[in-house]
Amino acid sequence: MKLVIIGNGMVGYKFCEKLLTKTEAQKFDITVFGEETRPAYDRVHLSEYFAGKSADDLAMAPTDWYASHNIKLHLGDPVTHIDRENKQVTSHLGITLSYDYLVLATGSSAFVPPIPGVEKEGVFIYRTIEDLELMTAYAKKARKGAVIGGGLLGLEAAKAMIDLGITDTHVIEFAPRLMPRQIDEAGSKILQRKLESLGLKIFTNKNTSSIVGHPHISAMEFTDGSSIAVDMLVISAGIKPRDELARQCGLETGNRGGIVVNNHMQTSDPAIFAIGECALYKGMIYGLVAPGYAMADAAIAKIISLDTPSGDGGFTGYDMSTKLKLIGVDVASFGDPFISGDDCRTVVFEDTVKGIYKRINVSADGKHLLGGILIGDAEAYNMLLQTCKNKVVLPPNPEDVILGSRGGSEADAGAGVAGLPGDALICSCESITKDAICNAVTANGCETVDSIKKCTKAGTGCGGCVPMIKDLVLHTMKAQGKYVRNVLCEHFSYSRQELYDLVKLKQLTSYDEVLDTVGHGDGCEICKPAISSILASLWNDMILKKGNDTAQDSNDRYLANIQKGGTYSVVPRIPGGEITPDKLIVIGEVAKKYHLYTKITGGQRIDLFGAHLSDLPDIWSELIAGGFESGHAYGKALRTVKSCVGSTWCRFGLHDSVSFAIRIEERYRGLRAPHKLKSAVSGCIRECAEAQSKDFGIIATEKGWNLYVCGNGGSKPQHALLLATDLDSETCIQYIDRFLMFYIKTADPLTRTATWLNKMEGGINYLRNVVVNDSLGIAGQLEAEMQLLVDNYKCEWKEVVETPELRKRFNHFVNAPAEKDPTIAFDDMRGQKKAKW
Amino acid sequence: MNNTQVLHPAHEPDATKHSTGYHPSGDGGSWFAACAVHDVPDNGGVCVKYGEEQIALFKFSRRGEWYASQNLCPHKQQMALSRGMIGSHNSEPKVACPFHKKTFSLKTGECLSGDECSIKTYPVKIENDLVYIGITAGGND
Repeated sequence: MKLVIIGNGMVGYKFCEKLLTKTEAQKFDITVFGEETRPAYDRVHLSEYFAGKSADDLAMAPTDWYASHNIKLHLGDPVTHIDRENKQVTSHLGITLSYDYLVLATGSSAFVPPIPGVEKEGVFIYRTIEDLELMTAYAKKARKGAVIGGGLLGLEAAKAMIDLGITDTHVIEFAPRLMPRQIDEAGSKILQRKLESLGLKIFTNKNTSSIVGHPHISAMEFTDGSSIAVDMLVISAGIKPRDELARQCGLETGNRGGIVVNNHMQTSDPAIFAIGECALYKGMIYGLVAPGYAMADAAIAKIISLDTPSGDGGFTGYDMSTKLKLIGVDVASFGDPFISGDDCRTVVFEDTVKGIYKRINVSADGKHLLGGILIGDAEAYNMLLQTCKNKVVLPPNPEDVILGSRGGSEADAGAGVAGLPGDALICSCESITKDAICNAVTANGCETVDSIKKCTKAGTGCGGCVPMIKDLVLHTMKAQGKYVRNVLCEHFSYSRQELYDLVKLKQLTSYDEVLDTVGHGDGCEICKPAISSILASLWNDMILKKGNDTAQDSNDRYLANIQKGGTYSVVPRIPGGEITPDKLIVIGEVAKKYHLYTKITGGQRIDLFGAHLSDLPDIWSELIAGGFESGHAYGKALRTVKSCVGSTWCRFGLHDSVSFAIRIEERYRGLRAPHKLKSAVSGCIRECAEAQSKDFGIIATEKGWNLYVCGNGGSKPQHALLLATDLDSETCIQYIDRFLMFYIKTADPLTRTATWLNKMEGGINYLRNVVVNDSLGIAGQLEAEMQLLVDNYKCEWKEVVETPELRKRFNHFVNAPAEKDPTIAFDDMRGQKKAKW
Repeated sequence: MNNTQVLHPAHEPDATKHSTGYHPSGDGGSWFAACAVHDVPDNGGVCVKYGEEQIALFKFSRRGEWYASQNLCPHKQQMALSRGMIGSHNSEPKVACPFHKKTFSLKTGECLSGDECSIKTYPVKIENDLVYIGITAGGND
């Protein structure tokens, strides 16, 4: 059977991937035609291209994936003609192929409204990597940007403009508000205010009448007579299904575009299918990727069963619930976000200070969730979506689902998983239900998220459902009566906390000793770094001591951070961010000598990138001679203690935050922990050092220091919580000693303090009792253990520099020590180098 | 550790040569003397230059075994496997790439992290404290 697929976008690719999982796949001779020159890539995350992802990172599968699965892939060669009578397609480059079944996955293109001047230079659409490349090239000379379209794609495009360095960007929306299809007016207002506070200029109710300039755009004029000066414009006013081939060969299409399909995705010609954004199902175009994947499923089921009479089923429409991050702001809508009237009650929570808006629509009897909107904080999205879809009965106070059962913690989420019905869709990318996941646990013995991923593919798409999968696995195992032990890996039947105690009790000092005494097998990349971290947290020996060196995670083993292309970056410690001009010169000289790319980090230090492995000891040697030491940027260790300038210079400063930050950083430098540790000291409540986003943060008060703990930046920001107030410096350090040591002893591997606290029964109150009130009676011990680590500190770089046997390990080739890795190459960018990749 | 051993042997050991270089073994393959045993850290790897190629060589002291594979991780095409951690999964020896922790069997080269890419492996033998890597005839792909 000959199967031809026109279109190699996300849905076209997914169709192939899904088809290959069927045993019937071998019956098909598969050919794919793609218009773009690249194989299918992740268009959903296109904006990450600007944030540094490469085209390869975005690829759905490497080019050789197609060949290795016997799929003939013709890229840069769109099909230009379909001959339905003879069942043949002809491509632009003249390939003619006959087909038994034809699948149109031609997607959509940007809708460009007929505004005079759209053809001018500097006017772009935002759809493909090529569009992005054109934008990137043009953006260098642009200063003022605009986007037509305040919908989902328009705001994505605005984010792309900002990423390209055009901070002065306008968003022009024809409708009275942003994202009119997904969110209500109040939500739009909050979103708009939030985006405006981030620097975007937003005009609603604005209709562009013409684009002015010659040959390139210089201004936009609007129907209300106003105008703005812009030198770059992106049009993102909606999508238009690519149905031209279908029209040309006489398939039925919609009045406003789209190829008409039935619930099996068959067009008016039963041998031709259409899936994704080009397909029109019951008068609707589905402009999201998840329904496209569901359409691929439906089409595959039909194609496979066409010989046999098929049952019903197929595609029945798709929930358009969606959650995304727009320029750092969470936006989500689910179910019916707009419903109002007698059949429903609406609960709205609005916080204009923090820019948070939450709306839930509840059935009139208060039992079921009908839909809702989340702006600014969409953490509850997964749970709310499931509650809504599965008609889970709401708690007596429905507002609890958006406000939390005040004082509660994440434990609620776990209980929520248990309450879901078996057909609840957990992974919407791969359409995996709760039953399928629970079944993988009970029938196939999957007991980890990884094994669930392998067994069911759940969680392999966007990954948003992984926390729910984890909860489900634990819940199912407990329900089976299994004692759920939080064991490290297959080589150790203990949790990290148990291992910490065992290693201490038995006075074990090397990885092999630990493995021999309390483990089994040969170890792996999970237990090696975890045990190494425990050993370092207990004894603070040089981590590269013989025998322990190869049990370190790669970055620890080479005391530097491996980067793209296999070079390393070097971060010397700059305590508190304070540095003398002489030391700046040393860094500059070292960077010049070893040809390193330099960048200021977010933690007030300087990162030197692009170092060859074999140059590392020499680089360190020169840095050490200049008065530097290791900054431990490569370790799960204390990174940096950021500070504001404090009372020595600042007219608001209450105390000398820099001196205190330096003291803290020098005390805990090199401290190894379950995960990295960040800290900051602010000299007043203006909080310029952002201490409340750190693992431990200190803010000056009139009377002393306030100590905050368990904050987190990164992908899941969390505000630190106030542990104690108005402390003197000594007490503050005493509390930090206890806090850090308690964390080091009890946290799971790779668990930041924020997550550790979230899982702690009793939360911050319990932690405060242990640290401040010494409720466990271990405060003295914790302090003594910390003091031991502080006393044993040595600079690891220095030890390597001074030990020839250790230096030897930094050669790239064991049999050609003088040679560097010849595959390393660099490109130029803005007067420095960058990894060629 | 045993002084002489052959892992997944492909050829008869070439008895007595000790210097680095090519060692034709008579049937189209050859043994290449890579380095001394003590050049490789216990339970760790080094990178060996073989002409234009890079081979990752691992001394799995814990099991008394040696392994060799391509140094390039096929996942994101990084020259890095020799710097990865080795270990075992259900007693299958493996290496984890330092970049994204994809793991590969050191015996078969198969990816153990559910990906479809795999790595080429080479036989290794030890003679008189030298480590030899077996290079098969007709290139190394």
